[in-house]
Amino acid sequence: MDFYDKDLVSIRDLDREKIEYILDLSKKMVPYARGEKVKRALDGKILGNLFFEPSTRTKLSFESAAHRLGCDVIDVSEMSMTSISKGENLADTIRMVDAYCDAIVLRHPYEGAARLAADVSENPVINAGDGAGSHPTQTLLDLFTMREAKGSLDGLNVVLVGDLKYGRTVHSLAEALTMFGVRLTLVAPESLQMPQDIVDRLRNKGCNPKKTTVLEDAIPQADVLYVTRIQKERFPDPAEYQKIAGTYRIDNSILRSAKSDMIVMHPLPRVNEIATEVDSTPHARYFQQAFNGVPVRMAILCSIMGGKIDD
Amino acid sequence: MTDPTQIADIKIPPIRNGTVIDHIANGQALNVLKILGVNESNIDSTISIGMHVPTHKGTAKWKDVVKLEDRELDPDSVDKIALIAPDATIAIIRDFYVAEKYQVQLGDRVVGLVRCSNPNCITNKGEPVTPEFYVEGRNPPRLRCVYCDRMLSKISDNLL
Ligand SMILES: Nc1ncnc2c1ncn2[C@@H]1O[C@H](COP(=O)(O)OP(=O)(O)OP(=O)(O)O)[C@@H](O)[C@H]1O
Ligand SMILES: [Mg+2]
Ligand SMILES: [Zn+2]
Repeated sequence: MDFYDKDLVSIRDLDREKIEYILDLSKKMVPYARGEKVKRALDGKILGNLFFEPSTRTKLSFESAAHRLGCDVIDVSEMSMTSISKGENLADTIRMVDAYCDAIVLRHPYEGAARLAADVSENPVINAGDGAGSHPTQTLLDLFTMREAKGSLDGLNVVLVGDLKYGRTVHSLAEALTMFGVRLTLVAPESLQMPQDIVDRLRNKGCNPKKTTVLEDAIPQADVLYVTRIQKERFPDPAEYQKIAGTYRIDNSILRSAKSDMIVMHPLPRVNEIATEVDSTPHARYFQQAFNGVPVRMAILCSIMGGKIDD
Repeated sequence: MTDPTQIADIKIPPIRNGTVIDHIANGQALNVLKILGVNESNIDSTISIGMHVPTHKGTAKWKDVVKLEDRELDPDSVDKIALIAPDATIAIIRDFYVAEKYQVQLGDRVVGLVRCSNPNCITNKGEPVTPEFYVEGRNPPRLRCVYCDRMLSKISDNLL
């Protein structure tokens, strides 16, 4: 498969076949991600972890993924913070880091930063989130989590709930899901519904999402309930925020109408979108989802940096 | 073909040689000149501008028209007009008659003509990068930023 030396900037760089390749390889990576098997497939390689924005989870899982494959990591987060404050532009920072490693993982506050980095870097760039922009490795690990739980993505009933307007993660996820003939339901307050241009794009890909403001209505048919955080900052009026946040909170009572094998996902960290009582139900899949960041990122690093895993 | 003595819709005298840009969306004549990079310091012939001219073509009631004397615009350089005036036609006038005429048409990409309307886009952050857009629709023009992936909200407000 054609990943070697290629950038991964947006999920849209991948078609269904490529996504499935990564998901299959991720599956093979699971025992290695757990440390049950060891293979230094990227021995002697160096990954540059360039985080201009704090993101503990993503950064740690990339580090863990690299180490599990025997790949060294240079962590340039602090240096990059200083270069941003010294006013060095991103293009120059990338050229410099590019010279010190074999692939770059970039997290940056500005949208489109990863595309720019990919333009200037000789080595492949993996987008680990650019502002409200795309975050393709998150999308891949979400898809992997669904597929592992359900056996297949085809024809699933997926309900996305929360902030569907600003949360770019759900935009890429929704778009990727259209490749698998998924039925989508979008649950959000009117003011946080998915933007029309994204919905149009889903339609163009043959998916006609249902929109609703009522979470209860969407639960019974759901195979997957994907919850995202509604941020306080989005609401000028704190009382309005409290009301909305309360309406879209997942707890055991709302899950009573759910199918027994329905799974609840969340990109984490959660604040109080999901009550902790849900954690011990068979529905909860968000911690598994967080773990899946490691095998999926191992599969991505391995494919892009030219490692081989034979099971 | 218009008889130059019968140009009724326009209160601009006929030109012998030059270019007529007709059917410009109402109010966009000055932006058309801006896009073409034509201004008083780099042209040494007359530019006539008709703004808010009545029209009967399509659904529009009003249009703008620009006439450049002694200057023939080539198709490549005028296609970018389609960004703000997708219905515009270009007529090359030679010896008072329309010698060539074509419709403006955007290519697949727009490079460097407009800035991204997303303030958080990396192209608006002082990086050495030229803004670039995919053309997703032609009439009305719809541009998507190659970098931040957002649709450009108002093209005429973001001309460079
Ligand atoms: N000698 C000229 N001087 C100035 N303007 C001219 C001259 N000849 C034609 N034009 C203008 O150039 C444009 C194109 O001319 P054309 O004869 O194709 O017009 P038309 O038949 O009205 O076509 P359309 O349907 O595009 O309006 C018109 O706006 C016309 O008024
Ligand atoms: Mg006419
Ligand atoms: Zn942009």
